[in-house]
Amino acid sequence: MEINKYLLQRISNSIITHIFLMAVTVSCLFPLFWMVRCALMTNATVFTDKSFVPHVLHFKNFITAWTEGGFSVYFFNSVIYTVSVVVGIVLISSLAAYAFSRLDFPGKNFFFYMFVAALMIPFPGSFVPLVVLMNKIGWTNMRYGYILCMINVGLSMSILLLKTFFDKMSPDLEDAARIDGCGRLGIWWHVALPLARPAIAVIVIFNSLNVWNEYILANLLLNDKSLMPLQRGLMVFQGAHSVDYPLLMAGLTIAAVPIILIYLAMQKHIIKGLSSGTTVG
Amino acid sequence: MPAIRKNSFAARLVDNSKNYLFIIPAVTLFSIFYVYPFYEIFNLSLHQWNGISPHRTFVGFANFQELFSDKIWWQSMWHAGFITIIALTLQNALAFMLALACDRQIRLKKFYRVVFFIPPVLSEIVVGLIWQWILYAGMQSGEHIGLLNYLLVKTGWPQLVHNWLSDPKTALACIAVVHCWKGFGWGFIMLLAGLQTIDGQLYEAAKVDGAGSWNQFRHITIPMMVPVLLVVMILTVLGSMQVFILILSMVGQGLGYHTEVPVTRILDAMIGTNRFGYACAMSVTFGAILIGISAFFKILSNRMKQA
Repeated sequence: MEINKYLLQRISNSIITHIFLMAVTVSCLFPLFWMVRCALMTNATVFTDKSFVPHVLHFKNFITAWTEGGFSVYFFNSVIYTVSVVVGIVLISSLAAYAFSRLDFPGKNFFFYMFVAALMIPFPGSFVPLVVLMNKIGWTNMRYGYILCMINVGLSMSILLLKTFFDKMSPDLEDAARIDGCGRLGIWWHVALPLARPAIAVIVIFNSLNVWNEYILANLLLNDKSLMPLQRGLMVFQGAHSVDYPLLMAGLTIAAVPIILIYLAMQKHIIKGLSSGTTVG
Repeated sequence: MPAIRKNSFAARLVDNSKNYLFIIPAVTLFSIFYVYPFYEIFNLSLHQWNGISPHRTFVGFANFQELFSDKIWWQSMWHAGFITIIALTLQNALAFMLALACDRQIRLKKFYRVVFFIPPVLSEIVVGLIWQWILYAGMQSGEHIGLLNYLLVKTGWPQLVHNWLSDPKTALACIAVVHCWKGFGWGFIMLLAGLQTIDGQLYEAAKVDGAGSWNQFRHITIPMMVPVLLVVMILTVLGSMQVFILILSMVGQGLGYHTEVPVTRILDAMIGTNRFGYACAMSVTFGAILIGISAFFKILSNRMKQA
């Protein structure tokens, strides 16, 4: 009797928990489902057909958005920006982090804490002086201007993460490489970088998300349609097609799906990265 | 002997200076895109400048004086504060409840963990535009177009149908809720990680001593979670106070001043009215307020560690 009561309570508890978790799951996924559902309709049927799964699936919106809406250009730009910024961040921050962790030079701590301080100080409205600067040196509407700005955005965090990683890493392999006649740069490239793969994975994922989703600097620095990344393009597109919701939803799907797929493929690293972030902080 | 020593010192110096090559790319970028803008924002906040003319007029603290009596600015601060309060309570309570639910041995735990982090990986533009469409208030041949209003009518709540995003009374609340929808996954993951570091033996010991689940929660879970909770709270405050892209994508700038937050004010001063100095004064003030808030949380967490 006692055991039965206990078991019953446990089962009902777990059912309530699952109902709660399922409700939140549905509320997370439903807006995305709705986006895809509406993307598959025409501007006429979206107002009349209220069924959950439309009777006629209409894939033409994706083609229209991709070609006429300019999403092929926006998508290509987003890929360029994301790849070059992330590669830049990994190379530049790992070089610096390696020096901060392993090498010796005057002013080492000063420079390191300069990067750390940038993480501690909130800097809202940093886009104002950045735009002033870019106007002054004429780097607005330039791919590399935007890329360099975005590399700097991810730099401090990546340096801190990699330095902590290098500090914990055993120097044995580096010593072995040194005996084999490897220079500092060689050790960084052949030993330290490959060993730091777990930390680099975290840096790659978080910065990819950050660059892919970045809007404000893209908005202020890139006015040429052929240079705009997806988020900027979406707002331009929305302004131009404010009444054609299915087409807009197709555009949103094009912008959202790659990042969701990358997330699903890499979610282990993301969750690990976030979790370790808590214990460090 | 001294010659060699001098030589080796010189050699070390040359050797050391080669090490600078490792940090030169990072330091150069950082100086151009962080240190210089950081200086420039203070400098510009003391000037009057339209962003184009070669001449900047030094005005001292006039921009700040004007800012302190700028009603719309302080109103925008209150709007951001409102969103922050909603996020601190609603979003963090939800995140904590979900984390507690997933901390136990439960089926589908990994599935939930993956799903709850989908909204945070989406961009604010995408999230804002999807929700704008769901909250859309337009009508076509007697039927509501937006999903929410349509469902409200169909489920028998026609009196709740509303112009969600164009009514100043509800627009901000809608933005706050969507902000929570986008953000709770962060808190959830961090809190879950925190819960999983609590030693299970503590609970075992408490059970042996006859503590019920409420007492276990009250005397083990909460005290052990205080540091993580404070981190999540700081991040929530800093993130929510600076929200603005969501607002741009949900309501644009067409709602009078009802959905203005500090960053949209800064943006408006800069590209709307070309007052770069004033925009920088706003940024400096806002930054100082944010530093004050994080310092407050820092002191709070230190106090709690001592206690």
